[in-house]
Amino acid sequence: MAARKTDTLDIARRRLLLGSAGAAAAAGLGLGPGRLFAQEQISVAGIYTVPVEQQWVSRIHIAAEAAREAGQITYTFSENTSNTDYPRVMREYAESGVKLIIGEIFGVEQEAREVVLDYPETAFLLGSSFMPDPAYPNLAVFDNYIQDASYLSGIIAGAMTQTGNIGMVGGFPIPEVNRLMHAFMAGVRETRPDATFQVSFIGSWFDPPKAKETAFAMIENGADLLYAERFGVSDAAQERGVLAIGNVIDTQADYPDTVVASAIWHFEPTLQAALARVADGSFEADNYGVYSFMKEGGCSLAPLGTFAGKVPQAALDLVAEKEAAIKAGSFTVEINDEEPKSS
Amino acid sequence: MEIFDILVSASFWAAVLRIASPLIFATMGELICERAGVLNLGIEGIMVFGAFAGWMAVYAGLGLWPGVLVAFASGALFGLAHATLTVPFGLSQHVVGLGVTLLATSSAYYAYRLALPEVTSPPRIEPFQPLDIPVLSDIPFLGEALFSQTALTYLAFATVLIVALVLYRTPLGLALRAAGENPSAVEAQGLSVTAIRMGAVMVGSGMMAVGGAFLTMSAFSSFFFEMVNGRGWICIALVVFGAWMPGKALLGALLFAGFDALQIRMQQTPLGADIPYQVFLMVPYVLSILALVAMSRRAEVPAALMVPYNRGER
Repeated sequence: MAARKTDTLDIARRRLLLGSAGAAAAAGLGLGPGRLFAQEQISVAGIYTVPVEQQWVSRIHIAAEAAREAGQITYTFSENTSNTDYPRVMREYAESGVKLIIGEIFGVEQEAREVVLDYPETAFLLGSSFMPDPAYPNLAVFDNYIQDASYLSGIIAGAMTQTGNIGMVGGFPIPEVNRLMHAFMAGVRETRPDATFQVSFIGSWFDPPKAKETAFAMIENGADLLYAERFGVSDAAQERGVLAIGNVIDTQADYPDTVVASAIWHFEPTLQAALARVADGSFEADNYGVYSFMKEGGCSLAPLGTFAGKVPQAALDLVAEKEAAIKAGSFTVEINDEEPKSS
Repeated sequence: MEIFDILVSASFWAAVLRIASPLIFATMGELICERAGVLNLGIEGIMVFGAFAGWMAVYAGLGLWPGVLVAFASGALFGLAHATLTVPFGLSQHVVGLGVTLLATSSAYYAYRLALPEVTSPPRIEPFQPLDIPVLSDIPFLGEALFSQTALTYLAFATVLIVALVLYRTPLGLALRAAGENPSAVEAQGLSVTAIRMGAVMVGSGMMAVGGAFLTMSAFSSFFFEMVNGRGWICIALVVFGAWMPGKALLGALLFAGFDALQIRMQQTPLGADIPYQVFLMVPYVLSILALVAMSRRAEVPAALMVPYNRGER
């Protein structure tokens, strides 16, 4: 085989395959190693199985975009990558010389680990249900451990519900979802010890009409406040005039009279921790989940916004007290990954 | 006891109609295609594209009803692609159908990203609102159960009526059914089998797209890439369930929606605490398969379904 010629061809094709979204950045890579001014910037690539609008991924994307705008990194991404295609895209970015690859491998845990071993020079920071493993020294894992903020949002929810009947619609009962639901419920019980919960999973991440139907059923069954884990739930709450608590992102702007408070995930601390270690060469297998904790700035309660003045002061005082305790380390919100059940 | 309480609540029946609406549109669309002799497996993708196109049109400022038309037209275009390959060229309807599904799904997403490159949460439109029909909406129970829907739901039911009337009471319907049973007979009458089949696939595909658009323009207010979530495949089964007859297919759609609305509510009964949620989610599918087995035993499949027609060939 004419190895040299094939190489150039391959690179050219790879560049094409990066897709329209990555095209601009790929052109940047094309400038090659002679590009002196970029030496301090770390090249980062994101690989997402869903569009970057999706709640969870949007938080990663926003943090990476911010780092890019700050001149800290170069950033390209591939969204909507199917799980079957995921390892191939990982390889393409790794081959192209990207230093840090971020993404989510909940659906391709094993194959992704095989790829990781082939590219020891590349750092991988990937959302995963498993713990870090020294056998894969360049793979660090993370997840949105925002139970602190979920707990605080629960305290507000408990104070706002009239009936004490709270509806929760989730996608699938995976650890990431379960622990936030449990933390939320624990928060509710602080202000409403006798609260009951309706819990349903719709078996899909993206079926807002179904999530909405499920939420309708809960409202008809007495719920006057909904925990909006999925898109569609806040819409049902808005149509029926009940309240909702947001999760991961702040959607109050879209539902000003419905969404009371939201537990928000900030990916920035996770990304910054990884970038620092890539820069000084100390990146290793590690669990970055802790950078989503409140004391690391990884999560927060969204501002009350339109609901300022409508939440009982006693609840806000409790939120402030617990928030201070969480940040000081004197109070820890329990992490419970079991599937929540209706009560 | 619990089930009885659920079944006698008006809100349950309202939910059944809501859940059934997109299925009804798409099932009628598939039914027309198959009655003319063409299996259209592009349905899932066409629904995705319809969901996108209708929503995008409204988002661009066209208004709701023009949005429905845009959705219909976009579906008809994919139908044209499907029909061109399967009818005059006589290619495998399975392969072409799946190809159309892949193409339409990806095109929807590609167009979405071209139109909205920089959004962090999917934009929302003002969707169809439930109509307040004078007198009817005020009837106790029935008003809430049947007459608290959006205009698109009523259009779905009207579609069944129109499809049934056209199929069984017009020369066009006769020709369409004949194209699916005995195309040579159609040819002998001086009619073009190709034209009839292509027309049926285009109109049917347009209806599938409106079914998809129901999701983004009535059931919900923004477009998500995976939101059709297998509803198209359900409709293929519903056509078989309905033995290729509009009335029975409507019954199937209502039955499926009924099981779905029921399982959502059953999850909150004491049963839900003991039975894993996956079992509930499975219920509509399992019961539909059982019903399919029972119903389809006497079904008459259009004799020329999936048989390409070549003029002059015996």
